[in-house]
Amino acid sequence: MTILKVTGLTKRFGTTDVLRGIDLEVARGERIAILGASGSGKSTLLRCLNFMERPGGGTIALDGQVLGREGKSGERTYRENELIQVRQRVGMVFQQFNLFPHMTAIGNVMEGLRTVRGMPKPEAEARARKELARVGLAEKAETYPAHLSGGQKQRVAIARALAMDPEMLLFDEPTSALDPELVGEVLAVILALAEEGRTMMLVTHELGFAYHVATRIIFLADGAIHEQGSPDEVLKNPKKERTRAFLASHKQFSF
Amino acid sequence: MRWDFASVFDNTDALLVGAAGTLRIFAICLVLGLSLGLLVGLGRYSRNRWLHIPATVFVEFFRNTPVLVQILWFYFALPILLPFQISPLAAASLGISLNSAAFSAEIYRGGIQSIETGQWDGARALGMRWGQAMRRIILPQALKRMLPALTNRAIEIFKMSTLASAVAYVELLQQGKLIASLNYNPIEAYTAVAVIFFVFLWPLVQFSYFLERRLRRDE
Amino acid sequence: MAYQWDFAPVLANAPFLAEGLANTLKITGTALVCGVVLGLALALLRLSPRCFLSWPAGFVIEVFRTTPPLVQLFWFFFALPILVGIEMTPFVAGAVTFSIQSASFFAEVFRAGIQSIERGQWDGARAIGMRHDQALRRIILPQAVKRMIPAFMERAIELMKTTTLIATISYADLLFAANEISQKTFRPLETYTVVALIYFVVIFLASQVARLVELRLARSGESTVH
Repeated sequence: MTILKVTGLTKRFGTTDVLRGIDLEVARGERIAILGASGSGKSTLLRCLNFMERPGGGTIALDGQVLGREGKSGERTYRENELIQVRQRVGMVFQQFNLFPHMTAIGNVMEGLRTVRGMPKPEAEARARKELARVGLAEKAETYPAHLSGGQKQRVAIARALAMDPEMLLFDEPTSALDPELVGEVLAVILALAEEGRTMMLVTHELGFAYHVATRIIFLADGAIHEQGSPDEVLKNPKKERTRAFLASHKQFSF
Repeated sequence: MRWDFASVFDNTDALLVGAAGTLRIFAICLVLGLSLGLLVGLGRYSRNRWLHIPATVFVEFFRNTPVLVQILWFYFALPILLPFQISPLAAASLGISLNSAAFSAEIYRGGIQSIETGQWDGARALGMRWGQAMRRIILPQALKRMLPALTNRAIEIFKMSTLASAVAYVELLQQGKLIASLNYNPIEAYTAVAVIFFVFLWPLVQFSYFLERRLRRDE
Repeated sequence: MAYQWDFAPVLANAPFLAEGLANTLKITGTALVCGVVLGLALALLRLSPRCFLSWPAGFVIEVFRTTPPLVQLFWFFFALPILVGIEMTPFVAGAVTFSIQSASFFAEVFRAGIQSIERGQWDGARAIGMRHDQALRRIILPQAVKRMIPAFMERAIELMKTTTLIATISYADLLFAANEISQKTFRPLETYTVVALIYFVVIFLASQVARLVELRLARSGESTVH
């Protein structure tokens, strides 16, 4: 069953076309890893899906419902309220964590529940503790982000996204800002979520991890889907030359 | 209520006299304030306590009292200690200049301190004396960083010049008061004075924004 | 002949001085509170993407930063009442002038503070479904305000010094008390010296507190805006 359907998505920054017509359908329970060289538009694609960036052209449908409204000039306009609903259903985890430094770990996880959902404090706190425990940080609840390691910060950020009960999770290079020895703990948390059967999309440079966790690999080049398929097809038997060149340049890739 | 600026234009001469008075006290205080400030700033920077302590006392005192109080002190209190009278211009210039010297001293000191010690080393390695290094190497570089703050000081001095009206020095605001009381047209008179100040100061303020932007870009 | 200093007549008027100081603090406090609130409003308007909001806000800020406070005060005291037909007491005229004037400076402090917060914080807030105002209130401002504290205190001290201008329209602040006492006792030297020292003590103490707070913020690694 399709949860997300993207049709002809484009985006340009100034005079550069970052996305040139992306068509994509995501089924519930799918785990899609997006690969591509830097500048290929993979982060922009992800950021368009929960409207952190406004799409330039094309449509995005969530659960069969096309978002936004066609304006007079043919451009789609989006109401703030609609986007807020979307963002609660499509969670996002960032490369730089973007934790709120003036709140404790549990404060970060509770923030969406309290402010956006209006949940009473005891309930929000119980929920937040559960999410922190899930990412293995129950004992760090009262710690401020400044006193957490990078890996711990990212796990809190994942807990913060999970607390909103998203139907789908977007990971934007979740381990790229981490020291190598901290990558494992974050990947373990993501893997556990994958095993629960959550729908997720992941931009990553960890090809080995993508191979293990993803059900589908998309290789992006110049703002378009260059090649896609199962991990075995794309990573082991790439059909296109550029995919091969990209994989060859990532020497750390091992299955 | 009808605006009637004719009564203000009839007094253009009075306003010109006022503008001349404003520009005169501005020029005096700008020169005195910024040059005295450099001396005090060097004193603040100095490690010699006979220079450092008096400079610090000076800066703290003049930064931490309102300039209008200083002007009134120089006008009403100081003559008692002196064998001669003090003119409104002298009293206002003293107050504004010393106040500006105290503020600009901190700008100079901060600017000088922001120059890397390597520049001192380089100058001394060439055999320069302290004064030569300061004049030829350190100050020219520091000046560039201080320029936005010094321009802001100049703007403040221009604005402070209106305080001279409190001791009846003839400047723009004082003339505005005069026109307002003679013609019973305070709205037009004070609006005209405000507009004149805005016209004088706006280019300076824009220039200071430009300097700030340039400095941010360069560093 | 050396001048014979005599502080007794001035000290006999200590109650007047105390009342003057109280009034100075009253006008400073009023203008500070109104100035901060108004300054935040101006900053938010100025940051608005809608030009019919940002433009007027920018205009107010520029005008009040670019004209002398004493001219503003005279305008509000002598001109505005005739224009709008209401009586204006010196206190109200002073409060209005100093509030808007300091607001135009606070607005730029707020703007710098808000703009100094990384984009990622907005991203993080929006990603959990926050509206713009929720993100601003819960996430951006609490962090921005901390960075603004030194600039904020510096402005508050400037404000206190600026309030002396209100003596020129006969509000009974500390400086006005000095004028009165000096005329009554024929002791201008002692009177103005004492009043200058009172201002110095109050403002110096405030600056020292500001300095300490700034040092503590710097030590805790907090970046600040000016």
